[in-house]
Amino acid sequence: MPDLGRYATEVLSAYGVTLLLLVGLIAGSIWKARRVLRQLRDAENRRDKPV
Amino acid sequence: MSIWEYANPRKFMTTSQAVLPWVAGLAAVLVITGLIWGFFFTPDDFRMGSTVKVIYIHVPAAIMGSGTWFMMLITSLVWLIRRHHVSALAAKAAAPVGMVFTLIGLITGAIWGQPMWGTWWEWDPRLTAFLILFLFYLGYMALWEAVENPDAAADLTSVLCLVGTVFAVISRYALIFWNQGLHQGASLSMDAEQNVADVFAYPLWTCIIGFLFLFVALVLYRTRTEIRARRLRALIQRERMA
Repeated sequence: MPDLGRYATEVLSAYGVTLLLLVGLIAGSIWKARRVLRQLRDAENRRDKPV
Repeated sequence: MSIWEYANPRKFMTTSQAVLPWVAGLAAVLVITGLIWGFFFTPDDFRMGSTVKVIYIHVPAAIMGSGTWFMMLITSLVWLIRRHHVSALAAKAAAPVGMVFTLIGLITGAIWGQPMWGTWWEWDPRLTAFLILFLFYLGYMALWEAVENPDAAADLTSVLCLVGTVFAVISRYALIFWNQGLHQGASLSMDAEQNVADVFAYPLWTCIIGFLFLFVALVLYRTRTEIRARRLRALIQRERMA
């Protein structure tokens, strides 16, 4: 760990917030993609099923 | 082969499926390398001290924050002129990505500004334009959700995108237009006098290119989701009509 001196709080919080937001964005994108894919498969199965 | 082939959702899905793992892998390698290089292996600046390490996230995020809006402008224009659904969906998919990059730029800028400028915030032209751009992102995303008809939503959000472009331009070039405010000039420029030292510039360029690949990967991934969501909506409507 580098010595960040008296600005350690600022530097670490900037990196922390960035990491949090990026992880949130990526996780949110994956979650939505999975949900939509699951719903689409269900809808396609319903369509293909004989009445 | 024409670029308009990719306006076909099927073509877009097959091409993006092949490209996405490479783009995402490159993004991960470049962002992690750039941040580790910048954080652990660069010296402190003689004026800014260790806060110089914030540029490895602030500068790429700010560039991508306004850059995303320009990408949305192009895809919105393609929608308005040629009515290709994939382009409208790509703009919709890009908005949350641009919003997050803009927010990172705003927050890390404020965190850096407090010890360096003595204030978290200043109503400087560049900062103010960037905050308005962030609000435009929120408005753009809200408008997509508020309008039921997807084509009408694409029309309205495209017009909003054209208007918001003013602030995307100002957020990037305010210093050139007015030559005033707290925010300094470009960290990276063709002018050697203005440029940051190489020891900071190399990891910074690595992070900028990494963030660019991250943006491309996320937009491709999210556009694929939007295309599927559009098909899902069509199937549900058909079910209701049957």
